[in-house]
Amino acid sequence: MPKDGGIGASSKRREDVRFLTGNGNYTDDINKRGQAHVFFLRSDVAHGVLKSVDTAAAAAMDGVVQIFTGADFEAIGGMPCGWQVTDKNGEVMQEPKHPVLAHGKVRHVGEPIAAVVADTLAQARDAAEAIVVEIDDLPAVINMKNAVKEGATKVHDDLTSNLCYDWALGAENKDAVDAAFKNAAHVTTLELVNNRLVANPMEPRVALGDYNRSDDQHTLYTTSQNPHVIRLLMGAFVLGIPEHKLRVVAPDVGGGFGTKIFHYQEEAFCTFAAKACNRPVKWTSSRSEAFISDAHGRDHVSKIELALDADNNFTALRTDTYANMGAYLSTFAPSVPTWLHGILMAGNYKTPVIYVNVKAVFTNTVPVDAYRGAGRPEATYQLERLVDKAAHELKVDPIALRRQNFITEFPYATPVAVEYDTGDYVATMDKLEEISDLAGFAARRKASEAKGKLRGFGVNCYIEACGIAPSNLVGQLGARAGLYESATVRVNATGGLVVMTGSHSHGQGHETSFAQVVAEMIGIDENMIEIVHGDTSKVPMGMGTYGSRSIAVGGSAMVRATEKIIAKAKKIASHLLEASESDIELKDGAFSVAGTDKSVAWGDVTLAAYVPHNYPLEDIEPGLEETAFYDPSNFTYPSGAYACEVELDPETGQVTIERFSAADDFGNIINPMIVTGQVHGGLAQGIGQALLENCVYDDEGQLLSASYMDYAMPRASDLPMYDVDHSCQTPCTHNPLGVKGCGEAGAIGSPPSVVNAVLDAMRSGGHDIGHIDMPVSPSRVWAAMQKS
Amino acid sequence: MAQVKMTVNGKTASGEVEGRTLLAQFLRDDQGLTGTHVGCDTSQCGACVVHVNGEAVKSCTMLAVEANGATVDTIEGQANADGSLNVIQQAFQDHHGLQCGFCTPGMVMSASALLKENPKPTEAEVRHYLDGNICRCTGYHNIVKAIMAASGQDVSAIAAE
Repeated sequence: MPKDGGIGASSKRREDVRFLTGNGNYTDDINKRGQAHVFFLRSDVAHGVLKSVDTAAAAAMDGVVQIFTGADFEAIGGMPCGWQVTDKNGEVMQEPKHPVLAHGKVRHVGEPIAAVVADTLAQARDAAEAIVVEIDDLPAVINMKNAVKEGATKVHDDLTSNLCYDWALGAENKDAVDAAFKNAAHVTTLELVNNRLVANPMEPRVALGDYNRSDDQHTLYTTSQNPHVIRLLMGAFVLGIPEHKLRVVAPDVGGGFGTKIFHYQEEAFCTFAAKACNRPVKWTSSRSEAFISDAHGRDHVSKIELALDADNNFTALRTDTYANMGAYLSTFAPSVPTWLHGILMAGNYKTPVIYVNVKAVFTNTVPVDAYRGAGRPEATYQLERLVDKAAHELKVDPIALRRQNFITEFPYATPVAVEYDTGDYVATMDKLEEISDLAGFAARRKASEAKGKLRGFGVNCYIEACGIAPSNLVGQLGARAGLYESATVRVNATGGLVVMTGSHSHGQGHETSFAQVVAEMIGIDENMIEIVHGDTSKVPMGMGTYGSRSIAVGGSAMVRATEKIIAKAKKIASHLLEASESDIELKDGAFSVAGTDKSVAWGDVTLAAYVPHNYPLEDIEPGLEETAFYDPSNFTYPSGAYACEVELDPETGQVTIERFSAADDFGNIINPMIVTGQVHGGLAQGIGQALLENCVYDDEGQLLSASYMDYAMPRASDLPMYDVDHSCQTPCTHNPLGVKGCGEAGAIGSPPSVVNAVLDAMRSGGHDIGHIDMPVSPSRVWAAMQKS
Repeated sequence: MAQVKMTVNGKTASGEVEGRTLLAQFLRDDQGLTGTHVGCDTSQCGACVVHVNGEAVKSCTMLAVEANGATVDTIEGQANADGSLNVIQQAFQDHHGLQCGFCTPGMVMSASALLKENPKPTEAEVRHYLDGNICRCTGYHNIVKAIMAASGQDVSAIAAE
């Protein structure tokens, strides 16, 4: 029987009621008395010398409060980068200055040049049109391989080249890797592109700065996944505002997918301008602005090689990747192609030696940073396409080749720096074969062929490292932050309680699932628990939500704080019951003395804590509030196996997804309904990358896919119903809930199976093309079939 | 500036607007009805769908002055008279048809228009009708299922939400 509450129950989401009735409180819904609006005049060229910005005519226009340019920010810190990668020679990465408003040069289309603050947005926009900007165009640096050639135009004149870093993992194994390739019975090589994407949460970014002269307090309302991180980065590194004078609020946030992790210029500007103009200053991004100012994702070009012995065992893996950083280093950009990518290259397989090389490159494009999965989808795509290609070259079954090379014993230390605690890759593959009805595929293919269509079946496995991350480890790897999480549990006198969590919910349903955990631990109704997040004035500290870390890290902090609450409540109960503390048991919201019928209710204990008339004041303080910080000892390693079944129209190249099946191992699960929903969303983004989405620049650095007219967002009719199973559960061994996290799996695990399925369909029609790059659009498929 | 007057969720709403003021802006900024969202500027995403004289309309693509005299219904007016969720809203909650909630008002308003036009839509018909509503969170599975459930159809054969 399914549970109707607590851990493991598909509790309906409490946040839904406000969203369904129009009562959500998103950042753009907040307006302050006297607020002005800012419009950013953005560069329309990719690269050039900024000769002059003449704001005189604009400043005289109706409603204009003040116009700012790069010169106004010369004395102010630039945008900070939160991760410093050390390259394969022990040198730190090249780190360019990143101004709030462009100064000296413009380096990508969309870079803000001037900010017009006016009474209304329309006035600000009108005035921006009257600003005269003079730019001497420079050649745009777009192609990564050209960008690192000798003599290439430099994006940043003060750096030695466009190479941010040349990083390697497994350098100690490089000779062994090269030897394994020399001795290999078979080598499979694949060159591929992981297409650039735009995250596109449906809520565009918004920033509203407010300043109170009476107490010198700054407030920033912003669409952020991690308000405390913004407070620290912006306060300490950009504007010089100490944390006790700066409040950052991220209320209801309409999706993030990574792109709302980062600290952006518009946030710093609105906070700064609110004081400078002595008025609240609000910026609401249009979708068109979002395309040229939100950090993009992916954009890797890779060559990957697999060595196999005569029995088809993997003996070595070698990769060479170019990773686009864009024009500047976004907050966590350097970590994505390195420590979130290289460490996943073992995948689900016991490849003994691996060497990973990544060159990060500056180009005249929007900065690139984490997007759902961040580095891990790029690793999975390379590996799972490569294994499939190897299987076809060797004429063996792709599933059998995978099974043969699975890691089967845990813990397993990979040759790429991580140790998987648990997993059962055979179980998820078995489950996948069942739910995808692999046995029935041949009949379905026949039926498609009878209609003149081709049908393909593609699989892939995935492993991810999430629950990010042990602070001491990431510190060694270059992180300029700790990656713990905190929670405060405040119990009120009448027994209800508030959890203040540093995790941030922007669609994940924390208000429901976090409450389920505490309800289970204490044995009280979920409705007695309120989850508070997203406000630095309410939550003591927080590192935020990304990397599928909320339940694994934030949830663990909440468990630790709740354990402290229970421990203190037991002391109070033992006093009230005149029994030894060690005999007190907590069950179903009541404390009882073991082996007796003496008990006291949760509410009586909480009341005693705040009305301490009969209370052990000599031993413990009144009140019932506890805080815990939780720093994980390892990443968590969700894993799974996915299958995609496509139908392909050979006349047009059109591919439709007929079935998609996902068998995941997320360890323990708090709310199965929410977990399934997270997988659905991830799958849609992964299928979107594989079939539809592509962020394209021309040679001059103009973004060709800059609106929903040109960037193919997945629509309802592009996607199937999904078969999702998470009954294979190997609990995480190192966090108190045994949870692994589920937010990114769908996006990490789905692109390779889609492409593998399309290639399988093409092969069945006699077109063995080896590889096709994403997005697998009708024109690409059709063109490839004409050539082969 | 022009005077506009319309009936929004059964109440008279009036104000002075610029000619270029969009209906979505009038609802959000003048009337404080912030449940209607704006997710794009090319009339693609559908977060701003409201009903004007009973028809689903993208309120980011209609001027406020064009709605002068009209009857407008927004997400804020959809719940039952006692404040409980209506059938469509309840189905979205029951089947986990929303995550971040930003596209949700437009989805609910579009679903309501669809079911008026086609009381028992097939899965393919629901998907086709939602072409003008983009969701980035749910992958649509549970939205489609919720709308079919709201139409009174048995959705138990569709994989669990």
